[in-house]
Amino acid sequence: MASYVEDTELRLGLPGSDAPASRGSKRSLPENSSAGDESCCRNDGSASAAKAQVVGWPPIGTYRKNNFQAMKVETMVVEPEASGLYVKVSMDGAPYLRKIDLKVYKGYQELKEALDSMFKCFSQGELSRKEGCNGSEYAIAYQDKDGDLMLVGDVPWEMFTSSCKRLRIMKGSEARGLEFRQ
Amino acid sequence: MTYFPDEVVEHIFDFLSSHRDRNNVSTVCKAWYLVEQLSRLRVFVGNCYAVRPERVMARFPGMKCLTVKGKPHFADFNLVPHDWGGDALPWIETAARCCPGLEELRLKRMVVSDESLELLARAFPNFKSLVLISCEGFSTDGLAEIATHCRGLRELDLQENEVEDHGRQWLSCFPDSCTSLVSLNFACLKGEVNTSALERLVARCQNLRCLKLNRAISIESLIKILARAPNLVELGTGSFTADHRTEAYQNLLNAFYKCNSIRNLSGFWDAAPRYLQAIYSICSSLTVLNLSYAPAIQVNDLIKMIRHCFKLQKLWVLDSIGDKGLAAVACACKELQELRVFPSDVYGTGIAAVTEEGLVAISSGCPKLNSLLYFCHQMTNAALITVAKNCPHFTRFRLCILDPVKPDPISNEPLDEGFGAIVKSCKDLKRLSLSGLLTDKVFLYIGMYASRLEMLSIAFAGESDKGMVYVLNGCKNLKKLEIRDSPFGDAALLENVGKYETMRSLWMSSCDVTQGGCKALAAKMPRLNVEVINEREESDEMVENPSDMHRVEKMYVYRTLTGPRDDAPDFVWTF
Repeated sequence: MASYVEDTELRLGLPGSDAPASRGSKRSLPENSSAGDESCCRNDGSASAAKAQVVGWPPIGTYRKNNFQAMKVETMVVEPEASGLYVKVSMDGAPYLRKIDLKVYKGYQELKEALDSMFKCFSQGELSRKEGCNGSEYAIAYQDKDGDLMLVGDVPWEMFTSSCKRLRIMKGSEARGLEFRQ
Repeated sequence: MTYFPDEVVEHIFDFLSSHRDRNNVSTVCKAWYLVEQLSRLRVFVGNCYAVRPERVMARFPGMKCLTVKGKPHFADFNLVPHDWGGDALPWIETAARCCPGLEELRLKRMVVSDESLELLARAFPNFKSLVLISCEGFSTDGLAEIATHCRGLRELDLQENEVEDHGRQWLSCFPDSCTSLVSLNFACLKGEVNTSALERLVARCQNLRCLKLNRAISIESLIKILARAPNLVELGTGSFTADHRTEAYQNLLNAFYKCNSIRNLSGFWDAAPRYLQAIYSICSSLTVLNLSYAPAIQVNDLIKMIRHCFKLQKLWVLDSIGDKGLAAVACACKELQELRVFPSDVYGTGIAAVTEEGLVAISSGCPKLNSLLYFCHQMTNAALITVAKNCPHFTRFRLCILDPVKPDPISNEPLDEGFGAIVKSCKDLKRLSLSGLLTDKVFLYIGMYASRLEMLSIAFAGESDKGMVYVLNGCKNLKKLEIRDSPFGDAALLENVGKYETMRSLWMSSCDVTQGGCKALAAKMPRLNVEVINEREESDEMVENPSDMHRVEKMYVYRTLTGPRDDAPDFVWTF
């Protein structure tokens, strides 16, 4: 709680300047400003600097103000809900991985289409396992919260997005093995 | 009545609930004074420096409940230096000596040390209730003392205090034998608490009706706590966010479904929209809802919730609710009596959130409105006139236009007429805070019409001494006047010096009052303390030995029976 002096001293200068509080001015804001924003400060034109300097204005309790700063910082930093659900997507044989935001998709169909277009360059055919199609070389699997490798499509979409940690596009015999796993 | 025996008179006095009434009857005659003083159980001291603790306790030996207030109101806005005063220890020490039967202590804006709390915990065997509001100076160690030693504690209510966190153990200090808690509010604590100790405490206190958790409590803990306390009437929810996503919602929904006594909700610090739906089932019985610490709630979710709250009497929100949200409130909450709209952008530089439109909507939809705190970006005279017409029952009207001297944006005029309409229409107005561009005229209106006004807050207003004089001469019930950054000087200060003895206090900062004026006031009125707060540390000759022409930065004047206080720090001079 040191240097209370400077904090509470009313001034008309910019922060960091040593201009003493003006004896001549009755208030730090002139009486007949038609647009209060502009003419806040007599020594310079910076309205926001003057605003920031008016101690105790707006009259919000210190407790609320302090809580507020804490809240603002946290909502900026910790927002898993709002900032998307990015998971890594790997494809067997591809040189690098991709990342997608699961929140963007409304269901499995959209997801599969997106993965199709993302990984088209690495595959000769479609990734999506269509019903009745036995020839697909790929299966889309995901790693869940417990670390198990699961086939995409079994559970409701919301449950999938909340438990999916990463996606893996598998191919070949390993993929077929996964298809028949219970 | 002098023929009635004392017991009968005393019994009649029992029906007087207000301090003011009891103060009045005690001045009727000596007999009544004696009966009243011996039978007064609840004592209220509005200014801790107006009277010495010894004197209070000598007069009221049967005191069971004591309320003391310390720093002036503007301390809330950092206008009062940190170590100005307001120490609670003398009060607690004296009570320990003179009134060991004390059961309740309520302190507001005072400095309470851990040492004080320790003394409090040990000195009063029947102690039941501690309420600390906007206090500072203590840590969780002091709370541990209270928890450990106050057997039979019913209430521990900490509201908006600055508490140092020395660890989570304090809550575990409530012994297993403690089953008496009715009210526990630790919402202002920053640190973690021992959640399993909390759950056990809640489980064994079957009479617990009010529980306000702090931000460290997640939804998972909240669910367990609600399961153990289904009869809660008041709940502060804690952070209202979960660490893991899936299971919480259903369990939360079930938990709230069982709590059908909840009438008062607050907290929601990190509330994610998905969880808000869980409380819809109780919204329709709520009378109090405080969402003013929940910036994460978006306006549409807010509106969805508000639509269910048709019994709401008190609503505290952030201005992110917008005029649209306020219109929804006006539609749904016909029983609304108190509304507080706080700014979500603390420095007022953001986009306009609420304007006069929101307020007008509320006034037309909520005719029972009697208490308002409204931070907004602009206000018009027309709107205020409409509000005055729609809601003549205001007892508290506090308007804060974020830009302090902003005129009516449509007419470019000052807001004198608008506020004039308010004071003229609202005959029961007890508290008023002004803002916006204002001339002396508004004070003329206030002096003329605001006859029941007790507290007036003025900032960046008025043109000359006349303004302040209108108020001092006109408002016969005025108790507290606080003024900042307004052009009132010595002439106004000295115009009606007798007035200050009828008031609790006067605060003036960044006005035109001089050292000489303060000295003159002090000389004329020996039963006032005229405190001048000088914070400069410059080795300015003027400061060392300031002339009487030197303008005073901060002045606090209050009536007192004690003379200058003996705990004043260096920078406070009492004339």
